Amino acid sequence: MDNLIWIFISALLVNNFVLAYFLGLCPFLGVSGRLETSFRLGLATTFVLVVTALCAWILNTYVLIYAPYLRLISFIVVIASTVQFIEMAIKKTSPALFKALGIFLPLITTNCAILGLAIFATNRGYDLMEGLVFALGAGGGFTLALVLMAGLREETELSDVPALVQGTAMNLIIAGILSMAFMGFAGLFSSG
Amino acid sequence: MSTEKDLDAYQEFIKGIWRDNPVFVQVLGMCPMLAVTNSAVNAVVMGGATLFVLVGSSFLVAAMKHLIPKQVRISLYVIIIATFVTVADYTLLALLPKVHKELGAFIPLIVANCMILGRQEAFASRHSVRYAVMDALGMSGGFLLALLALGGVREILGSGSLFNVDLFGDGFEPWVIMILPPGGFLTLGLILLFFNWFTVRRRAFLQRVAALDAEEG
Repeated sequence: MDNLIWIFISALLVNNFVLAYFLGLCPFLGVSGRLETSFRLGLATTFVLVVTALCAWILNTYVLIYAPYLRLISFIVVIASTVQFIEMAIKKTSPALFKALGIFLPLITTNCAILGLAIFATNRGYDLMEGLVFALGAGGGFTLALVLMAGLREETELSDVPALVQGTAMNLIIAGILSMAFMGFAGLFSSG
Repeated sequence: MSTEKDLDAYQEFIKGIWRDNPVFVQVLGMCPMLAVTNSAVNAVVMGGATLFVLVGSSFLVAAMKHLIPKQVRISLYVIIIATFVTVADYTLLALLPKVHKELGAFIPLIVANCMILGRQEAFASRHSVRYAVMDALGMSGGFLLALLALGGVREILGSGSLFNVDLFGDGFEPWVIMILPPGGFLTLGLILLFFNWFTVRRRAFLQRVAALDAEEG
């Protein structure tokens, strides 16, 4: 149990997917303009991450022990088709949720955090439970980073920023400062 | 006729290096860009692997563009890219096991580099093999340059060396923050800032030249 809590906190704060591993930067820089959409995107991504962790575990345990060199291709194909399948399922069962997620759902396929999670979980040899907790933590961390960033960006819209700095350059520098703040969480491990 | 075609191919090559640089201008492929640039060696290996994958898959996509049905093209592109990445991954594991270990999960993650899929969809699938390869070479060349610029700055400031060669001697206190994640964000932010400044200055200069021309004319 202790081990699971550490995996969760590590993925959520200390080794935050966005701010420490640079995974999922495209949506982080692209979709973080509004607080509400970023929160929704974060939830959708978390959901896909958990499903991916499950699929990766099944593939690793039953298929890929026979053909490890097919790992990357099978991961990518399975992730793409899972997202497609989830999209259809949500559309059938809950049109309201489908509408709320909108374009973000298909875009999640191209989010490198998803593939990164599957590869990290494989490299570290997580079992099913550890993999699922890792996915929850990573998704939570992604949502946290996205929401923090969106909040900061909404603030900067109201302030007087020089034209030269506006856009990606400023977002990256804000992300750098956020990342520095998250480094402070590294102390959790050495003292704990 | 032939010289004009050569010029075109050359243009396709050069636009990726500077005018449409995938990182500085289009802001694509950020994840590998920031994650592996804590030293110049890692940056070069990552750039080389990306070059191999992009040129290989552009070649294949351009050669097979008439065989690929429109509806499933994206999935096919992804499978082609994933195949080349697997080849690159195993080659690096055999040739440079130490660098491979440092780059870790980021070699397989080349698959998710949106720059590569973007080039297949936007360029390789509608041009001949020759232009597709020139375009791929230019784009990955520009990517490699950007990686090298970022990796170089971060290694010089963060470790006081370049390509593992010590530059400053014992008196230098390394800025450890530069090789940690925040350093990546900050350095890239500053480089983009410089690019913005350069573009604005250049536009102002061109406008001034045009104004002078108009006066004289």
